[in-house]
Amino acid sequence: MTAILCLMFGYDGRELTAVFVGGALGTLARAGFETLAAPDPGRWPWPTFTVNIVGAFLVGYFTTRLLERLPVSSYRRPLLGTGLCGGLTTFSTMQVETVRMLEHQHYGLAIGYTSVSIVTGLLALYIATALVRRVRVRR
Amino acid sequence: MTVAVWAGVLVIGGIGAVLRFLVDRTVSGRVARPFPFGTLVVNLSGALLLGFLSGLALSPHFALLAGTAFVGSYTTFSTWMLETQRLGEERQLWPAAANIVVSLVLGLAAAWLGLWIGGRL
Repeated sequence: MTAILCLMFGYDGRELTAVFVGGALGTLARAGFETLAAPDPGRWPWPTFTVNIVGAFLVGYFTTRLLERLPVSSYRRPLLGTGLCGGLTTFSTMQVETVRMLEHQHYGLAIGYTSVSIVTGLLALYIATALVRRVRVRR
Repeated sequence: MTVAVWAGVLVIGGIGAVLRFLVDRTVSGRVARPFPFGTLVVNLSGALLLGFLSGLALSPHFALLAGTAFVGSYTTFSTWMLETQRLGEERQLWPAAANIVVSLVLGLAAAWLGLWIGGRL
């Protein structure tokens, strides 16, 4: 399958494998987290919120470090960014949870969950990026 | 939770991530704009699909593998945030705001639609 993609569309096998491995690990972590709390439209979805914020922080850290500090590598970014952080975080679960909150008329919770997720996510990313950039480039 | 189920989570999670990568690359390759349409397409299609799966009465294992593992890995919050923040850094404030609002509004609509369709079956 990978060979077909590489031959037909010119994809790099190492890149796809890196995405696969990172995605597998990130998903495993997220799935594990989600078993900690049963879905409840009346409650703050701590598992999803936690993995999303942690993932946002990590993607800021990894991406900035890999693009601006470390030597270029063909597989680190797909492994850690697209793969690990992409698999660890989820947009769809967050949307379905929010719709369920709205369906159960928990409007305040829905608005709070959405806005806090976005604001905290962006903040975590900003902080991670800023932290990496404070480290002086080593020559 | 057996080892087989967790192995399934791993493999299916990996597949979801690869599919996201491929869709994002394909969409971005077609659209010349710097706006992150690739992630938008992935996230909206994923929200629709997860809404649909959630609307069906799936067994816990199937929900875990198809919903949490596959669709959860397929969609991404981190890339969404990263692309928004980088747009902001490039002083593209309107596109950054649009990325948030459009993803959110259409994402909720897609999830709601999926749930509605799934609930009808």
